[in-house]
Amino acid sequence: MLYYEDFEAGRTFPLGPYPVTREEVISFAREFDPQEFHLDEQAAKASLLGGLAASGWHSCAMLMRMICDGYLNRSAGLGSPGLSEVKWLKPVFAGETLAGTMTVLSRRVSKSRPEMGILECRWELFNGKGEKKVEQTGVNFMRVRQP
Amino acid sequence: MMGLPLEDTETGATFDLGRYEFTRANVLSFARRFDPQPFHIDDEAAARGPFGRLAASGWHTAAAWMKCYIATSQAAEAKLKADGKPCYTTRPSPGFNNLKWLMPVCPGDTVTYRTTITGKRDLASRPDLGLVFSFNEGFNQRGELVFSFEGKALSAKRRPP
Repeated sequence: MLYYEDFEAGRTFPLGPYPVTREEVISFAREFDPQEFHLDEQAAKASLLGGLAASGWHSCAMLMRMICDGYLNRSAGLGSPGLSEVKWLKPVFAGETLAGTMTVLSRRVSKSRPEMGILECRWELFNGKGEKKVEQTGVNFMRVRQP
Repeated sequence: MMGLPLEDTETGATFDLGRYEFTRANVLSFARRFDPQPFHIDDEAAARGPFGRLAASGWHTAAAWMKCYIATSQAAEAKLKADGKPCYTTRPSPGFNNLKWLMPVCPGDTVTYRTTITGKRDLASRPDLGLVFSFNEGFNQRGELVFSFEGKALSAKRRPP
């Protein structure tokens, strides 16, 4: 089990790989983001995105799954209050595979809750060609092993 | 946004986006697929976890905002088309800032969303497009603010007649 003490500033954790399937892109979009460039190949080609692309919220959800599988589900995580920035840099196309890295930017122990650490993290996802697709910066709460 | 070109998008305008009901079934289904932390998928672990009971993934709360936003926008677009007026469909977003999960959202909660236009600007690189900025909020059935973020999205400018 990983605790706050294990997340030193500068430490990185690998994320993915996560294959972005056409079925999942369309299924997520039908449920939460039914814009034509997330649903229909032809309409997507004619759109600003240039091809069938995942909803940005789907890319957030896929990253969350990579975070859980990569380190969070073997960590004493206490949730997240939010994110300062999410950049959808390039469209995430159906058929691509995403992978990337989480980097601990900084950390401190909560003054009001000494059993809880506050990690500021950056998450980055790239496709197989090394193009950066998504960048997130935000906070994760983590239990302190020895408060 | 809401079927309107950038020129007719008014800073300060607020739109009610409707509501989304978080059920035990949809909370578990979303979390099992995308966010299988113990406090999102397991009642016993959740009872010992940071929220004291099962809570929805924060990304579920966010995706439900998008669902409500698109439903509202597409209804406005359909009305413009039915009235024979020009209609400008939604364009992609480059991202957002300061997303806050302020309180847990739990099965049985209903979140009502709204969006407020906070600004807009032209894009130097694309004379046919602009960027619209928004502040977005979600309130639970007790009126408590549970979710907010600062959005931005591309918007088409008026086509020449």
